[in-house]
Amino acid sequence: MEFLDYFANVFTLYHIALLVGGTFVGIILGALPGLSPTMSVALLIPFTFHMEPESGLILLGAMYTATVAGGAISAILVNVPGAPANIATAMDGHKMAKQGKSKEALHYCFISSFVGGIFGVVILIFFTPPLAELSLKFGTTELFWIAILGITIIATIDSKSVIKGLLSGLFGLMLATIGDNPVLGVERFVFTEHLTGGVNIVVGLIGLFAMPQVLNLMENYYSQKNAALSAVGSSTLMSSFRYVFGRAKALSIGSMIGSIIGIIPGAGGQIAGLVSYDQTKKFSKNSDNYGKGEPEGIVAAESANNSMVGPSLIPLLTLSIPGSPTAAVLLGGLLIHGIFPGHEIFETNKEVIWTFIDSLILAQFLMLFIGLFLSRHSGWIMKVPDNYMAVGIFVLAVFGTYSIGNSYSDVLIMVSLGTIMFFASKAGFSAVPVVLGIILGPIAENNFLLGKLIGGARFDGNWILYFTTGTINITLISICIISITYGVYSNRKSKNK
Amino acid sequence: MKIKYITKSAFLAIASLVLLQVQAAGIKYASGEYPGGKPIGAMVAYGPGGATDFQARIATLASGKDAFIGAPIYIINKPGAGGRTGWNWFASEAPADGYMMAAYNVPHFIAQSIVFDTKYNINNLEPLGNWGADPAVLIVSKDSPFNTVEELLAHAEANPGAVTISGAGKFVGHHIAFLQFAKASGKKLTYIPAKGGVDALRLVKAGEVSAGFNNLSDSARSAADLKILAVADNQRHSYLPDVRTLKEAGVDVDDSSVNFRGLMVPKGTPQNIVDYLASKVPAMFNDKKTQKKMKSTNSPSRILTRDEVLTMWKERQTYLTGLLAGLK
Repeated sequence: MEFLDYFANVFTLYHIALLVGGTFVGIILGALPGLSPTMSVALLIPFTFHMEPESGLILLGAMYTATVAGGAISAILVNVPGAPANIATAMDGHKMAKQGKSKEALHYCFISSFVGGIFGVVILIFFTPPLAELSLKFGTTELFWIAILGITIIATIDSKSVIKGLLSGLFGLMLATIGDNPVLGVERFVFTEHLTGGVNIVVGLIGLFAMPQVLNLMENYYSQKNAALSAVGSSTLMSSFRYVFGRAKALSIGSMIGSIIGIIPGAGGQIAGLVSYDQTKKFSKNSDNYGKGEPEGIVAAESANNSMVGPSLIPLLTLSIPGSPTAAVLLGGLLIHGIFPGHEIFETNKEVIWTFIDSLILAQFLMLFIGLFLSRHSGWIMKVPDNYMAVGIFVLAVFGTYSIGNSYSDVLIMVSLGTIMFFASKAGFSAVPVVLGIILGPIAENNFLLGKLIGGARFDGNWILYFTTGTINITLISICIISITYGVYSNRKSKNK
Repeated sequence: MKIKYITKSAFLAIASLVLLQVQAAGIKYASGEYPGGKPIGAMVAYGPGGATDFQARIATLASGKDAFIGAPIYIINKPGAGGRTGWNWFASEAPADGYMMAAYNVPHFIAQSIVFDTKYNINNLEPLGNWGADPAVLIVSKDSPFNTVEELLAHAEANPGAVTISGAGKFVGHHIAFLQFAKASGKKLTYIPAKGGVDALRLVKAGEVSAGFNNLSDSARSAADLKILAVADNQRHSYLPDVRTLKEAGVDVDDSSVNFRGLMVPKGTPQNIVDYLASKVPAMFNDKKTQKKMKSTNSPSRILTRDEVLTMWKERQTYLTGLLAGLK
């Protein structure tokens, strides 16, 4: 119960001010496309330069927590996920908003984010030593199978036709091969100089979600379809809390999967949200409603991506191995303050680390309060006329894309992808499998190449053995097979209906 | 006649004096007015939060002081393709007026300019000074059966190709260290190019690979999980005084893989500005507060002047062209 001793350090006027400010700004930044949690934390690190280590880390932790939740706001209200972690939220969240239930959707989002977030921090506080050992067991081949598991859901996620789902996924995987490959040491498909850096995940995300939305809004405006809704729903806070806590299954699946994925180095929130959404859907009685505005989908996705935050710090703090892309940036934030991760960090930097972890708990509460407060005013955004909305999203999309690498090429890639996606969506293709392909492609490919090299050296050329031995590998392969079989089975069943 | 001659020569003398003055003032203007308090950009070809990024921020902390550059330096990140995106932009599009610098990483950018079709090479960049040097070290996990370089090489001798060594991708310092190590030891070893230094370190800690080449700074921090067998440098390092160099262990590897970091401007920047910056930048790196911060963040400092960096770049260019000749 050592962590209780350091709560007093959090409750100073300065630290509370940092937490409130960090959370508020974090939710807003998270909601802007392009300013993903990774980007926001990275931009903030130089500002913590002159702060005391504790204060700097408190601010970074609040930012990490709040941006992950904030990304859901734009996912729900305008169908543009603020970060890759919120893709799954958009699928049901925006449908709910369109049904005039945006306030309700945002309530569910922040309440389940809070539950998942607290769950994750509790895991971080009590189970760090054993889980740190576990996280090292997820090596090259295990990560390869996790990526494959993600790919198995491509066909069935968010599209009615399996063929179209697979084609979109394939398109995403192909986009992911563009640019420099560090394992092979070659450049691939670099037809023009603009493609040297490849298709960044967040650039892809903005292009595939924000741009088609801009074009849709413009189309609506010119066809005089007034889609702007001022209704935000009549749900009360009490009924929202009751609903979320009544979804114990979705909450626990989300929090568990989020925590496990958080511990695994190299995965992260984007995978946590989608995998947990998919699993909850498979176990749910209402699986037919998923993708049509089912609140359970929001609960599953948001509890997962926030429960990932705490556990992603476990390998970071003890092994100096980040559990998510944002944790990787946070490593830089620790180092500039002279805090060096390692097993003895809870001894050598006791005060700083426990204060930081305690502040993460408080950040969850603040995220909940500020989030619920903002939900009440979601009607403002829903009331914006289509033409203003289109311009607003477009400006933010360009600004957000440029800010990722200060690169004009990224903006060109974003606009081109968005235009392709706009027409593809008319033909029934979905953006979700494409983004999934961009995210999972490099993880699967690079780990396959590395595993093949390592396995070849270990098993005298017989590298396949390296991929198929070990408890975790066999478990993951079994889950992949179950996932595909179940997908085929449920597809048949729904066709026979 | 005589008077006329005197007035004429007096006039000439005055005129030439005035001209000289104007010229002198011109020089004074150019060097005194730059930077004129206007902020100077420094492009980092890697993402924010990484080692190059935060070291660049620390190294340029003191730039605003009048004793140094007299203008603040702001960092702009252009990450992508192992640094190529940023450096390509820098060599081809950055303004050559002294208001845009960039951080270099040697041997990375030199090796890339040899292997890939890049817009940059040592001839179109002008170094200003070097702030840090992070040598590669040979590491194994704490549970590894190997305790010395000799044991590792003996195993490689008995099992050709079975010894795997990780590093942060291809054509970076770690890869250069590996190539030198394999060449000098004459053993058949397998290089495992991970995606970045952190990932390469993970492979070693988890025991997936037999050994790894990684940054001295990062490895020294993780000393509890690792055994550090040797330093790929010409002399031992103050952070690890008990760790031998590879040369001491009997493998002839020099300092060609050491990751040098410093500042540069594009070719075409006016010579007086280059000279001005070259005279101020090393002193700025040596600022007391900056050095304290470098130390507290475990960033190994090594300050070199423009001329020393020019020599170092040329040496690397010649050496790496030979080493990488068969690998293109």
